Amino acid sequence: MISARNPMQPGGWGRALETTGAWLLALLWILPLAYAFWTAFHPPEFSTRFELLAPLTLQNFANAWAAAPFARYFINTMVLVALILAAQLVLCTLAAYAFARYNFFGRDVLFMLVLVQLMVMPDVLIVENYRSMAALDLTDTILAIGLPYMASAFGIFLLRQTFKTVPRELDDAARVEGASSLQVLWKVYVPLARPVYVAFGLVSVSHHWNNFLWPLIVTNSVNSRPLTVGLQVFSSTDQGIDWSIITAATLMTSGPLLVAFLLFQRQFVQSFMRAGIR
Amino acid sequence: MNRASAHIHGWLLLLPAAVLLAAFTHFPAFATLWHSFLSTPKGARPAVWVGLDNYQGMLEDPVFWQVLGNNLWFALGTIPASIALALLMAVWVNGKLAGRGFLRMAYFTPTVLPMIAVANIWLFFYTPTYGLLEQVTGTLGLPSHNWLGSQSTALACLIVVTIWKEAGFFMIFYLAALQSISPSLAEAAAIEGAGRWYYFRRVLFPLLMPTTLFVLVNAVINSFRLVDHIVVMTRGGPDNASALLLFYIYEVAFKYWDSAYASALTMVLLALLGAAALLQFAFLEKRTHYQ
Repeated sequence: MISARNPMQPGGWGRALETTGAWLLALLWILPLAYAFWTAFHPPEFSTRFELLAPLTLQNFANAWAAAPFARYFINTMVLVALILAAQLVLCTLAAYAFARYNFFGRDVLFMLVLVQLMVMPDVLIVENYRSMAALDLTDTILAIGLPYMASAFGIFLLRQTFKTVPRELDDAARVEGASSLQVLWKVYVPLARPVYVAFGLVSVSHHWNNFLWPLIVTNSVNSRPLTVGLQVFSSTDQGIDWSIITAATLMTSGPLLVAFLLFQRQFVQSFMRAGIR
Repeated sequence: MNRASAHIHGWLLLLPAAVLLAAFTHFPAFATLWHSFLSTPKGARPAVWVGLDNYQGMLEDPVFWQVLGNNLWFALGTIPASIALALLMAVWVNGKLAGRGFLRMAYFTPTVLPMIAVANIWLFFYTPTYGLLEQVTGTLGLPSHNWLGSQSTALACLIVVTIWKEAGFFMIFYLAALQSISPSLAEAAAIEGAGRWYYFRRVLFPLLMPTTLFVLVNAVINSFRLVDHIVVMTRGGPDNASALLLFYIYEVAFKYWDSAYASALTMVLLALLGAAALLQFAFLEKRTHYQ
């Protein structure tokens, strides 16, 4: 007899207990964020006083916005994220296509060399990469923040796996029609890999929106600082201990990502899943 | 397409990515090794070959041993806890519990937030006298404690933040794996009279083994890579009690400007990451579902 319900789901008391546990953990997990919302939307005197009827205000956001060049930081971050993603999409697509469908000299050795980056990430090579950027006279530019990440081993790997699943017949058919290699890539492979591109894009954007240490090192002016570094400069020097303003700034910097996540939750979760399954 | 043009096409397609990878991954890795054998150039004095002096100095540097020990504790504190929590979350979210959408959202949200931003929020939690944690312990009548300012608790505070940030991320991989497991297995187990715990231990957990290894390697890498929250919350203090290896490298390189010593330290970090890579290679090569 086959039942629709999974028999290994808890029932009765066990179920109630597990539901309670799951909810308690979820509330604990959301607590820091909920708390940040409370502080940011209430006047400073309520930052540790929890009264249901405390007046709501947007003043903290206005103060934070006025206290530091956040508009510029936002633009920098958006340019950075777009630059990295655009470069990654082009470079990784071309490289993945080569690895998936070309039999060229040294392919397997080169692929291993690409995979090295999965372990030796630019994040840990800060000393030498800073030296390189200084030698190229690129320090304190958005390009310098993005350059080490543009050839992503992760992206190449992900797209290579996907391109390998494209049936050879489609490839051959397109070539019989007279399409060139790049036309085949553009007309056959790229459209079929669309979900993977979406997944990679979301992971890349959220990763680089949040990246901190390397931008902190390689930038030193408002002109190139991304939001994360701007937030750190703002909260460590300018504000002393005005928590309301700091939490408002904090929510502001994570805002676009948070809103995008809440709106496209399913896509986010599925993208991270897809990107993680190797 | 003839063979020669296949070679040329392949190389041309790969070239742009290869150039950038070589310039910002392979070259810096070798340059790190090279510079770790030189002295730090100071003023008009250029770098000279000093052999293993930097490494000698490293072995005699008590701070190096301290941050290495801290990193070990950090790894031990974050990895098992975040993996166990991730698995628990995934099992719960995969089940038909009430409010599943909210649960998934709550668990996963920390992953999409910048570490630098959440560290600011947590910083306020831990703040002396009027932070949230102090208020809670205060109402319970417990003595006041400077959580981030004392050597005994600073690292633990960072571990908690890291677990909170990572668990939801790892949950996703378990969730993906759980969803790919056929429900007929649960039915077969039920017919055989297996209990829920037995089913989890003897069927689910072995099936999730490849995922666990994948998550484990990621957790190990993260334990050496995540230092953003240190910059915000403790700056490695008090007395380096909460400094990790990468944070120490950052300090040595960009606060004391001793790039040669920072290179030697980076070599240690690279060796550790390399060991993690070998571990993954050795295990994932023979990824079997059944023991």
